Parts: sequence; C-alpha cells; structure tokens
Amino acid sequence: MTSLTELCLYEARDGLKNKSFSTKDLILDHIDAMESSRKLNAFITETPEIALKSADLSDDNYANNTNRPLEGLPLGVKDMFCTKGVLTTASSKMLSNFIPPYESTVTDNLWNNGAILLGKLNNDEFTMGSSNETSFFGSVINPWKKNDKQAELVPGGSSGGSAASVAAKVGVGSLGTDTGGSIRQPASFTGTVGLKPTYGRCSRWGIIAFASSLDQAGPITRNVKDNAILLNSMCSHDPKDTTSSLKEIPNFESSLGKSIKGLKVGIPREFFQDGMSDEIIKMWDNGKEWLKNAGAEIIEISLPNTKYALPCYYIIAPAEASSNLARYDGVRFGHSISSNDINEMYELTRSDGFGDEVKRRIMIGTYVLSSGYYDAYYLKAQKVRSLISKDYSEAFNKVDVMLTPSTPNSAFELNEKCDDPLSMYLNDVFTVPINIAGLPAISIPSSKDKVGLPLGLQLIGKPFDEETLYSFANIIEESSNFESLDDKWWLK
Amino acid sequence: MVVKMSNLVTGKTGDWEIVIGIEVHAQIISQSKLFSGSSTSFGSEHNTQVSFVDAGMPGMLPVINSVCVEQAVKTGLGLNAKINKFSIFDRKNYFYPDLPQGYQISQFEQPIVGEGKVVIDLEKGVEKEVRIERLHLEQDAGKSMHDQHPSYSYVDLNRSGVALMEIVSMPDMSSAEEAQAYIKKLRNIMKYLQTCDGNMEEGSLRADINVSVRKPGDELGTRCEIKNVNSIKFIGQAIEYEAKRQVDLIEKGEVIKQQTRLFDPKKGQTRSMRSKEEAHDYRYFPDPDLLPLTFTDEFIEGIRKTLPELPDIRRKRLVEDFDLSPYDAGILVSDKETADFFEIASKDSNSKLVCNWIVGELFSTLNKSNKTIQESPVTPENLGKLINLIDDGTITGRIAKDVFEIMIESGDNPVSIVDSNDMRQVSDEGELESIIEKIIQSNPDQVKSLEEKPNLMGWFVGQVMKETQGKANPKSVNELLNKKLLK
Repeated sequence: MTSLTELCLYEARDGLKNKSFSTKDLILDHIDAMESSRKLNAFITETPEIALKSADLSDDNYANNTNRPLEGLPLGVKDMFCTKGVLTTASSKMLSNFIPPYESTVTDNLWNNGAILLGKLNNDEFTMGSSNETSFFGSVINPWKKNDKQAELVPGGSSGGSAASVAAKVGVGSLGTDTGGSIRQPASFTGTVGLKPTYGRCSRWGIIAFASSLDQAGPITRNVKDNAILLNSMCSHDPKDTTSSLKEIPNFESSLGKSIKGLKVGIPREFFQDGMSDEIIKMWDNGKEWLKNAGAEIIEISLPNTKYALPCYYIIAPAEASSNLARYDGVRFGHSISSNDINEMYELTRSDGFGDEVKRRIMIGTYVLSSGYYDAYYLKAQKVRSLISKDYSEAFNKVDVMLTPSTPNSAFELNEKCDDPLSMYLNDVFTVPINIAGLPAISIPSSKDKVGLPLGLQLIGKPFDEETLYSFANIIEESSNFESLDDKWWLK
Repeated sequence: MVVKMSNLVTGKTGDWEIVIGIEVHAQIISQSKLFSGSSTSFGSEHNTQVSFVDAGMPGMLPVINSVCVEQAVKTGLGLNAKINKFSIFDRKNYFYPDLPQGYQISQFEQPIVGEGKVVIDLEKGVEKEVRIERLHLEQDAGKSMHDQHPSYSYVDLNRSGVALMEIVSMPDMSSAEEAQAYIKKLRNIMKYLQTCDGNMEEGSLRADINVSVRKPGDELGTRCEIKNVNSIKFIGQAIEYEAKRQVDLIEKGEVIKQQTRLFDPKKGQTRSMRSKEEAHDYRYFPDPDLLPLTFTDEFIEGIRKTLPELPDIRRKRLVEDFDLSPYDAGILVSDKETADFFEIASKDSNSKLVCNWIVGELFSTLNKSNKTIQESPVTPENLGKLINLIDDGTITGRIAKDVFEIMIESGDNPVSIVDSNDMRQVSDEGELESIIEKIIQSNPDQVKSLEEKPNLMGWFVGQVMKETQGKANPKSVNELLNKKLLK
C-alpha cells in the first residue's frame, strides 16, 4: 500500500471527506515519514502526541459531520510561530528552552479550522539567512540532489525546514515567514509553491519578529491549489496587530482556473541581469510564452530603483532587527548567563545566545540607527523605500501582474557560501523588492536546470490581489509539467 | 505686569540669573495601559498587572489605547496648545532590566501636541506666562527595586507600559518659586481635566528640572538636568542648591559640564549621575508595529467640547458671580476640590463669608489634622448652613467658632448643634436690659470710673457676654449700654 503521504493537501482533504481513510491513518503515515526523514533535519520539534490526539478529535468531527475546512490535515510550522505549550526556538540558542504560553494568531486560525500540528520546522536563526545554515539546530538538507546524486544541497532559507518538509512529502503543507524572500527562495530551491501574501494579510501577532515592517507569514505547498486553500485559513483581520488588514478575505481557491485572457503581464527589465544563466533566461521566456498562450499580453516595464532594493533592505531590516532582538536579554525568559554585573550579564547572554549572522545584523542595524549615521543610512533607506514602492504602484497602473525568476540560481551546496555573506545576500535580489513594496508574490516550480535542480518563477501582484496571482500561477503550473521529487534517498 | 528682577542670585562677582526648563512626566488617568489591556491600578501585588505585551514576550505587538490618545489631546487643549493631526510613535532603544522590550515606545520628531502656554500665579497676584514646547505620549518602564535583597535587584513590571504624557516647557522660569508655581498650575489644570491625578508621592507626576545660570543678558549657560525631584518642596530645594552650585563653580573659574544629576532629598543636594559623554545613544526610529496617529478636525473639536471649566476661567467667574477678590478666588481655584467645596457651600449662603471661613478656620483645622478638603469632616452643605446661622443673627460670630469645632468633632449639622446646646443669640431687649441693670447695680465703682475712662465700656460688654455665655447680640448690647450709661 502506498503511503497516504503521497496525497497532496486537497487530495487528503477529499479522501478524509469521502471517508476513504481516517485522520488517524493519515497522521500515522505522516509521523512515520517525519521520523524516517530525520536525515534532512527539517524538524526541530516533532509533536506526534499532539498530532495523534488531534486526529481522534478530527475523526469524531468527520463522523459527526462537524468537520472544519482543514479538518485532520497535518502541517509543519516554522519555528518562528509561537505555539502554546510547544517549544518555539526561532532556531536560536537564545530561545532553545522557550515554551510560549500563547498561540500565534495564524496557527490559532489553522487549528480552529481543524488542521493538525505535526511539528516545528527548522529555519535560519531568527530567519536571518538564505540557506538554513545559520540555525543553532544545524543545517536543513534539501531533499533534492543533482543528477549525480552526490553533494548535499541547501534547501534555501530562511524557511528551509518548511520547504524541505513539503518537498519530502512530510505534512501536506507548511507555514513559513518571508521578510526578504524567506518563503519564495526555498520554495524555488525545493520545487514547491510558496506565497508571500500582501503585508497585512496575515496577522503578525505571535510570530517572533525579525523586521516588523517586512515580515509576513505565508504557505508552502506541493501545488497552487493547496496553497490557495491553506492561505484562506491563515489570514484574518486581527485587532491584536495594528498593521493587519481590514480587507475582505476572498475565496482564493475559486480563483484557480479563471481566465487570464486580456490581462497584462509586466516583465521588469531591471530584473534581467548581466551574467544571468541561460537556464534562468530560458525558464523566464517559457513563462512568458505560457501566459501568452493563455491569452495574456506581455509588456516590458521598468522599475528603475530596483538596484537600490538590496542595499535598502540590508539597512531597514537589520535596523528593525537590532531593536526587535533587544528583548532577548536573559532577564525574563530564554537563554541566560548570570553575572554579578548587569551589563556583563547582557554581554555574556547575548554573545553566547546569538549566532554570527544574527550578531552581524544587530551590529549593522545598531550602526545605521546611531546618532550621526541615521540620516545617511536609515533615513535615506526609508526614502529609497518610498521610491521603490512608487515604481511598483506606477507600473501596476499598466499591468495586472509581473513575472520574474524567483532566484538567480538553483540550490547550492552546503557550506558553499557560508563564509561569504555578500554572495549569500545576493540570493534575495529578486525577492527583496517585493517585501519593500509590501506586495504579494508567489514562486512556482517551472523547470529544472541542467543538473536536474528545480527553478522557480515569481509572480508579483497588486496589493491584496493574491487571487490574480493564483490564477496565473495555476496556468504556469499546468503548462510547466514540473515533475516533483521521486527519489527519497534519505530513506535508504 | 512686569516681573521685577528680584530673582537674581548674588554671587561674588555680581548678580546671576537662573534659567529653568521643566520636563514633566504625567501618568494618564486610564483603566488600561498605553499599548495593552492590563490594569493600571497603583499598589497592586508585584507583577500582577502584566500582560505578555508588557513583559516584552516574543511575537507580542502593541495596540494603541484610544482613551490615552484622547486624554493627551484633552491635556493639549487645556494647555492652549496646537494639536498635531499627524504624529508618530518611535522606539527609544536602551537596555535595562525594567525595560522588557529593550526599547521604550515614545514620540520623538512628531509629537501628538505642539506649542502651548500656561499662565502661572505668583505672589501678590503677579502672573507670568510659561511656554510649552511640546507634549508627547510614551510608555512607562517597570520599577527596579534595589533594596529587597543583599545581592539581587528585583523588577516589578506593573508600571511597565503605563501611559505617560511628557510635557516639556521652554526655559521660561527664573526662580524656584516660578518653577513651583508652574508645577502647581500644570498639576491643577490636569486635575481639572481629569487627565492626571497629579499625585507626586505615588509617582503619577514626576519632574526633571533643567537648570542653568548666566549673567543677565548673556547667552544661555550650560544646563544640568536634575532627576528624581518628587515634591514641590524638593523642586524648590533642588533648584536653589543647583543654582548656587553652578554660580560657585563658575566664580571659581570652573566650567559647568552638561550632566544629569540626581536630587538627594535627605541632604537637600544634587549629585552627578552621568555626564553628557556617558549619555545613551537612544537610536530613535519610527516603531514599525504602530501606524501613525491621524486626527480629523471633528475629532479634535469633539474633545474640545468635553473640556471642563479650567482654573483661570473659573477664577474670573468666581470674581464676577460671587463677588470675591481676585486674590481670594485665586486661592480657591488653585485646588479644584477647594473651589468645588466653595461653590457648594455658597450655593444659598453669603459667599464672602464662606470664602473667609474656608481660607481661615477650615484650612487651619485641616492643616493641623493633615487632611485634604475632600476628607473634611465638615461638609460644604453644613458650612453653608453655619454661615447662614451667622448671617441671619441666629448665632454670634464667637459662638460660630464653637459650633464649628463641634462640627469638626462630630460632623453634625450646625442647626441641630445650636439647638441642642442652646447657643442661639440673645437679642431680646428686655432680657438683655435686665442683665445690664444687674451688672450696673453690682458694679457702682466701675460706673463711676467710666466718666474718666470711656474705655471701660469694653469691660461692661465683656461682662454681658460672660453672663450670656457669648450668646448676646453684640450690637444690641452696645446700644443698650450706651443708652444706660452715657446719658
């Protein structure tokens, strides 16, 4: 009998509805898959007891026809979402002992919709990284390998565990967070579908903050339809988050299959870069072709300030992070090293509790906010941010959606870029501007490079127009015939 | 009116002028904190009024309490200040155990309230205008306790996140008296507005005093900021000490260093806390968790409509409607409760007499027993009745003081006190005449001496009063004695 983990989210949902199998059967297979994929190091905390207990309740609900939209579906959750009574670490030594007494709004919404927590997923420490190699709990291994089946590859980051678990078919979907590409880049590296919703679509309450003005939760799934279903249950207006939107939440699933005829697709010319690989260019061209065939009009557009997006991001995000991470001082919770002197206690606790990348960004952030440097860095970056946003809002007067590659390259080898932060930062060059402008964007697996690794296309939408993104993503998905991973080498 | 330059401090090298600016931290009257739903009640068990937001737990977000915003706008209007229709919250970053988030949410470049002014009341009816630079909203920190354990410090987060208004004055004050008058007036205005209870002992009103000295007409000198001055009295002491310290230093040829200093109430001195070089770089930046505050004209006008009568206006009204002197009215309105007491007491009574009795007998009695006017055993209604008894001749002024003492003791109604103690004034001419006759009969020597010493008349009056236990109507007594003795 094939494992029930082969079923995607909507297939599992339909199977449960039709009573083809029980929630318990589904959960047991996923627990089994989770335990037998430990080589990938995707999970920091496995919660099989919670999952099995929840499965009983879900089976009762199916029996009584009181099942909810995601009843009985197992999900992995990035370890940035606070989960009540379950270890939540941000993949940091600093929070390696932290058990929140509260549940984040997004996960709470999911549990209220019947979904089941399978475990907490590994990520870059405090989401700072693009390869999941900065985690205190070790790197996550990409389930994909090159055709030669040799080197272990990174899954991307920061939502590396979220993407790897979905690619490995552990859980029917997962939650990630995206501050500069942390959902879309790992989705692209693992052949999964990852959406960063519009800023404000999902509540940030209970999500451990990296950069508050950029952070946004989103779903990673095996296909576009699953993604739309999961997003519907994640978002809500939350009075506990002032920046959460009051906009009505549409039925995202119903936007799949909608015609895109006559809609305009913008191709931002600044995303075309010198030295871009032929494979990326070819994938991009294919994407244009597929959308054109479906009746859309392709228009070249310009987003002149694109080149400033990355430097702007690496000022604003660290600035906010340096302040957001000040609360980890060893006084009230988390890692703590005591001393007879309060300043020494701070120094010991924070030196030992944070990893190098986090320290690097705290120092950058502290520097750019310091008196004498504020105007030259932070204030200027805020002005540039407005210009970038303006580029997008003006371009969206002419087009309905934009199409770009998700990343400049496919997954790289473990340790390949660890000592070169700048080259690591360049991984986010196509994703970062979208967070700066607060827009929704989705990465869809579209092709494989010559060594057999997945590549993703990115669709960028107007504010709060995730529906159009899903309509377009669905067409790319259908046109690309992307073959998902079939070699579960880690089981051997 | 021109303020005369008596505020100058005389040093060895001549006269010096003191320049004072004050930053007041006023705790807003509200049920819950500025960014969380926790209660603000004072004196609760340690760490019991603390939400996850107040404790700076991971993933927690602030949500603005609209009541606190309205209170700040109301205070701004009460200070005749410009309300900014667009203002933003900033983070002020520093590490301290009683600051759980590692930053204080405050307002830096764009505060909720801009420039305003306060008229302060000085001695002899002199008034002076003190300009307000700004008022902004911010959250309070928790409280560090260093005296609970020999080697540990404790932190109480009950106060963490409580809403404060920081009110910054311009350096418009030039003496301890003016600074004290400013604090009194500010406190009084906020009590009228019910936006801050002004309780300095409990810390709901705290003042940081900036002091510098200069030769009259010179540029501003280097200032020192004095923290921890938590009473009106200490404000006076701190300024006088600090000004003298600065003058002495300069006259010795030394330079004033910009510092933050701490007032020691036991010694009546200020001492250095940190120098400008040691000052924090707070790395202010807009808080990305909070949207800017934006107001419409309707919102501001709506709050303006709820403003109560403020002390300066009330004083004018008391002068006009109750026929009081501006000085007396000023005394009454300087404390909202006193003015309220006065208005109730004089509702059906002689207002001038009521005022005299409040400022005289009532104040001195309350002072002696260390009570506020709200704790007065004599209710304003009963004081009004007492005044009426005097006014309509039912009792004499002298008896009234006895009645008042009984009222203080028992809290009883003066009418029943007078009745049950038979204290009514004797004005019956027949009764008085017979008493006077008796006194004349039994004191022939005194009657004889009266021709040479007209002053002896007072002695006769006294005798009549003694005979009637003070109840005789003095006017009738005088008339009758004159008739009988000065033929």
